[in-house]
Amino acid sequence: MPSTANREESATANPEMAARLNARIMGIETEYGISALAPGPSAVPGGFNNAFIDEELHPMQLSNHVVKAYGASAPGQPAGWDYETETPLRDIRGYEISRAAAHPDQLTDTDLGMANVILTNGARLYVDHAHPEYSSPEVTSALDAVRYDKAGEAVMAIAAQRATQSLGRSVRLYKNNTDGKGASYGTHENYLLQRSTPFDRIVTQFTAFLVSRQVIIGGGRVGLGQSSQTPGFQISQRADFFEAEVGLETTLNRPIINTRDEPHADASKHRRLHVITGDANLSEISTYLKVGTASWVLRVIEAGELGSDVRLEGPVSAMRTVSHDLSVHEPLYLSEGSSITALDLQEVYLDACRDHYEQVAGDLTETARIEAKDIFSRWQDCLDALRADIFSLADQLDWVAKLKLMESYRERDGLSWSAPKLALIDLQYADVDPRRSLYRALLSNGKMRRLVNNEEIERARTSPPEDTRAYFRGRVMEKFGSSVVAASWDSVIFDVPERPALQRLPLLDPLRGTREQVGQLIEECDSVTELFAALGR
Amino acid sequence: MAESEQSQRKARRVDDREVEELAPTDTAHKAELDSEVDSLLDEIDDVLEVNAEEFVRSFVQKGGQ
Repeated sequence: MPSTANREESATANPEMAARLNARIMGIETEYGISALAPGPSAVPGGFNNAFIDEELHPMQLSNHVVKAYGASAPGQPAGWDYETETPLRDIRGYEISRAAAHPDQLTDTDLGMANVILTNGARLYVDHAHPEYSSPEVTSALDAVRYDKAGEAVMAIAAQRATQSLGRSVRLYKNNTDGKGASYGTHENYLLQRSTPFDRIVTQFTAFLVSRQVIIGGGRVGLGQSSQTPGFQISQRADFFEAEVGLETTLNRPIINTRDEPHADASKHRRLHVITGDANLSEISTYLKVGTASWVLRVIEAGELGSDVRLEGPVSAMRTVSHDLSVHEPLYLSEGSSITALDLQEVYLDACRDHYEQVAGDLTETARIEAKDIFSRWQDCLDALRADIFSLADQLDWVAKLKLMESYRERDGLSWSAPKLALIDLQYADVDPRRSLYRALLSNGKMRRLVNNEEIERARTSPPEDTRAYFRGRVMEKFGSSVVAASWDSVIFDVPERPALQRLPLLDPLRGTREQVGQLIEECDSVTELFAALGR
Repeated sequence: MAESEQSQRKARRVDDREVEELAPTDTAHKAELDSEVDSLLDEIDDVLEVNAEEFVRSFVQKGGQ
């Protein structure tokens, strides 16, 4: 049997294995908007109940119903969450605030008896604040990020349908980020970084990327201002809700760079960058470019190879400037005095990514190389198209698709931007029910391009990604779910027959627990007792 | 003005043969696109919630992250 040292040596001698170790771990978590129609006589012939939203039903209870409705149908049983390693009050800048000083919204590591389900695809479905949330499993490619993000929509569509049946009132879930009345809920991306990267470099070099990328990843929104106080259309759902440049909060005084330091991995090696500025995307291409471009920009920043000084003067107001500028040509001001458009800023990042790629391509897997080139070429095409005619991207980007649809309505019906019908179209674009979703209506009319097909999404709904620890988590939930007492991103707690204590298995390395490493082992074990024997525990 | 009339006349006769004026193809294409958009909007009208004003007014969310 080779010693650990030997295995490590062979890993460095094996280029394919070294390439895999170069993989970037990432994931997307989405809080969905939620409402239920009040029970009562049907206002629509053959419709469900009536058309009025029940404003009395507490959204936390409603969210709980939704998560439970899905969990009840999942294999195994709803498992608990292992909060052992969660540290929501630890700041990435090196300190921790006291629980007493924290806003109650920040205490995300306590179990309030709310439903929590670990899915067989390795994702977590639970109630976060007053919303149902789907946190995707850890993935290493942008395309997998799309698959597991779309799988989350499929999970929510089923959950809403089942909750509708069990509650006797029509439950609506929306993949958006605001109610247009002052409330916002997030779509967060997570990227695992090296602990050794100085955090101030992330702040000074990543901020302008987040500000300018809205032109590509924006979800589109009717109304300007947190409460939509000014009629109009803007590129991003989230931009108006950012009030600080850097900070720990996520529910108030939201910062462009969030400092929560909860790596869900070995904290001496990694930090997890929690990106909270993004929009919930329905378009597969928007999601693909969102995580694909961000993960490459982070590689460049980690390598210290972003040559240009891209610090913005007033990034918080620049978020709004970019989001409110449908011409995508408004200048932004850099700290060193010159001005630049969001498109040109994106091009600075794209060029830096291309240069960096040339240096590291040899250290990547073939799949990662193909994907990187695809990301750069789509990124370039988007920037060129945005310069020439934004509407040429109506079949690719959410905000353009939405804007084009609304302009068609405005022309046909003579609507102003304050027309409730446009606000409804904005909302219903994001309805997860395929029968009501306007994004789906565009898709089925061939008006949106795709990257994955329905079969892949359905597979991703039930099966985990194969190249991260999510594989182990998902497969044990499917096969030994009834023995899993709790789990977290970096652990699974089992109740093993004839062992008096619960057995907590740490999974600190996100690249361990892959199909290649444990697939056969899990396949061959018929019980959790056998699994533990096979794992040598 | 005289010059533009002349050029129009020229356009209608080439080498002493009559030139038949056809509608520009992009107009036909545009009409097709318009009807495609109309049918898309009709389809969407059928699935939109019935009372837009009331529905949008009552969609109120608690804050999130």
